[in-house]
Amino acid sequence: MDWNAFLDGFAVVTEPTNLLYCLIGVLIGMLIGVLPGLGPAATMAILLPIAYNAGDPVSAIIMLAGIYYGAQYGGTITSVLLRIPGEASSVVTVFDGFALAKQGKAGTALGVAAIGSFFGATVSIIGLTLLGPIVASYALDFGPPEYAALALLGVLLVATVGNGHTVKALVAAAVGLLLATVGSDTFTSANRFTFDSLELQGGIDFVVVAMGLFGVGEILYNLEERHGKIHVPAAIANIWPSRKDLKQASPAIGRGSVIGFFLGVLPGGGAVMASLAAYAAEKRVAKDPSRFGRGAIEGVAGPESANNAAATSSFIPLLTIGIPANASMAMLFAALLVVGVTPGPQLIDENPELFWGVINSMYIGNLILLVLSIPLVGIFVKILRVRPAILAPITALITILGVYTIRNSVFDIFLMIGFGILGYLMKKTGFEPGPLVLAFVLGSLMESSFRRSMLLFDGDATGFVTRPISGTILAFLLLVLLLPLLKRLLRRRVTETTTPDHHDHDDHDERAELR
Amino acid sequence: MSERDTRTDGEPDILAELQAEVAQDLADERPPVGGPAYQVVAALVVLAFGVGGAVLAHGYGLGSLKRPGPGLWPFAVSIVIAVLAVVLLVIGRTLDDAEKFTKASFLVLAGGATFVGLGILLPTIGFEIPAVLLGIVWLRFLGGESWRSTIVISIATTAAFYLLFLYALKIPLPHLF
Repeated sequence: MDWNAFLDGFAVVTEPTNLLYCLIGVLIGMLIGVLPGLGPAATMAILLPIAYNAGDPVSAIIMLAGIYYGAQYGGTITSVLLRIPGEASSVVTVFDGFALAKQGKAGTALGVAAIGSFFGATVSIIGLTLLGPIVASYALDFGPPEYAALALLGVLLVATVGNGHTVKALVAAAVGLLLATVGSDTFTSANRFTFDSLELQGGIDFVVVAMGLFGVGEILYNLEERHGKIHVPAAIANIWPSRKDLKQASPAIGRGSVIGFFLGVLPGGGAVMASLAAYAAEKRVAKDPSRFGRGAIEGVAGPESANNAAATSSFIPLLTIGIPANASMAMLFAALLVVGVTPGPQLIDENPELFWGVINSMYIGNLILLVLSIPLVGIFVKILRVRPAILAPITALITILGVYTIRNSVFDIFLMIGFGILGYLMKKTGFEPGPLVLAFVLGSLMESSFRRSMLLFDGDATGFVTRPISGTILAFLLLVLLLPLLKRLLRRRVTETTTPDHHDHDDHDERAELR
Repeated sequence: MSERDTRTDGEPDILAELQAEVAQDLADERPPVGGPAYQVVAALVVLAFGVGGAVLAHGYGLGSLKRPGPGLWPFAVSIVIAVLAVVLLVIGRTLDDAEKFTKASFLVLAGGATFVGLGILLPTIGFEIPAVLLGIVWLRFLGGESWRSTIVISIATTAAFYLLFLYALKIPLPHLF
């Protein structure tokens, strides 16, 4: 490993402007983590225009990265205090976190979560620091067939692992791939799906797509779903966990960090899946599993360490291979392209300043988060009292004015509104916009890799299978596709001999049968 | 008091209580489910999209596997979309993941209209007046805020954006003042 480049990265981060951007990023992240509604992907989408306008591209990327991992901290606070997960990755924290809060131990839960988050993230960054360069050097040998297979795997995993119906997620992903072909073809410069519009010839900018589907779509959706209910948070006292609590939580923190690290690297994984897996693991290894859901500190420590570890390790595929693992990473991918950097294995050599600057900013960002999260809990609880109605027009204005500043184009505003309406309708009909955006981002890479491969193979598609790396990836892909079917078979067997513990599944099956 | 004690008979179990509360909340917050019509219409729209894409892509020239034309990839993707749409038509009718349009959906329509309005007015009269108007519509009519906070927040937000974009970031937004 190139230690000089690594240390130079710290010099980049400690420049005052970069530190400031890092601080702003993690603060925004925590804020939107606390506020239910806008998720990290949506917020990153809305703030993408900053990447166009920031003086230094590194600063913009540092800030956007900070939003993602900062949100993992913020989401915990509402889970524990209000039983409302601010983020999807904090859903499981609700069970034990809120139970602890009910017993007057909200402070303990938040404190352990903050320490676990910090530990998990730090383990992950060290892993990223050590593994990143190795993966990148390995990925340098990847040719078009490997990229085609990897992009396909990424899209499929995001579609199958995400919440929502798999077929619908696949539809969304395929539509994303199709939308990515709009514009003039890079190989033959033939116009595709442009409908004689000059603006569409250059293709659709994915900042516009992301801002529309994630940003405007969520803003419109929230407009309808908003509730006048005002939540009264539980009182917090004594944030610092006792030594006994820490001792009880530390194995869970360790396990959660490891689980999170590995699930974060996986395409389609990331924070949400990691927190679920860590919770399940804790429950499984516990001597008395029935404590879970009734205020087991491990039930907070495990998932919270895991979601931060995963949030951090999901940077590995993006920064070393150039494949975003989830929707938030797709936003970072977009931001990197905006600043003129193509993420991929060459990044570490061609742009060491950016590569190490971003990674090392995470060491510092997490330290900032640990230091800030505990004293700021009180302020964030107050922010919860701000009515969503007040924030809605502000985010709406940021989106419209932001998208306009990209190219000073009113066309972009209308295109974004169009995608916003599409995003709203997708949410209404059970289609997740995430796979669409991710597929859109990977679309042109996938198409060009596929076409280059076909030229390389002289039209013989079996070449994808016979090359060792692309073959392995495709085999893994097949496994991913078959796994849900296998699981369903297994589940059917299990439900025949099941305990009433799984009644939600049974209800579902019964309902399906009744129809 | 240990967690175990909370589970003695008679006393309410925290887990059961939590589950009930979460279920209650979800039931409260989830809008009514849209029926099979929603699913069928959605699948048909997807199908039309896939077929339309395939027809157009076919026109761009498929080429051969050896020499893929510009239409080959979009054609293949469109076929996948169409096939998935048919799958949805067959198995998706009974899904319960669609939400009914309610009266509150008109709020979305109104919100979308203000976006379009801002888009139209921005290049002609600058962003300040449309931004204040958007704020007023969203706060007062869509959000039910009081007139006083509506006016204060709309003007303060617009002023903040004015300073942020034109002075701090030096981005040339069309502006009247």
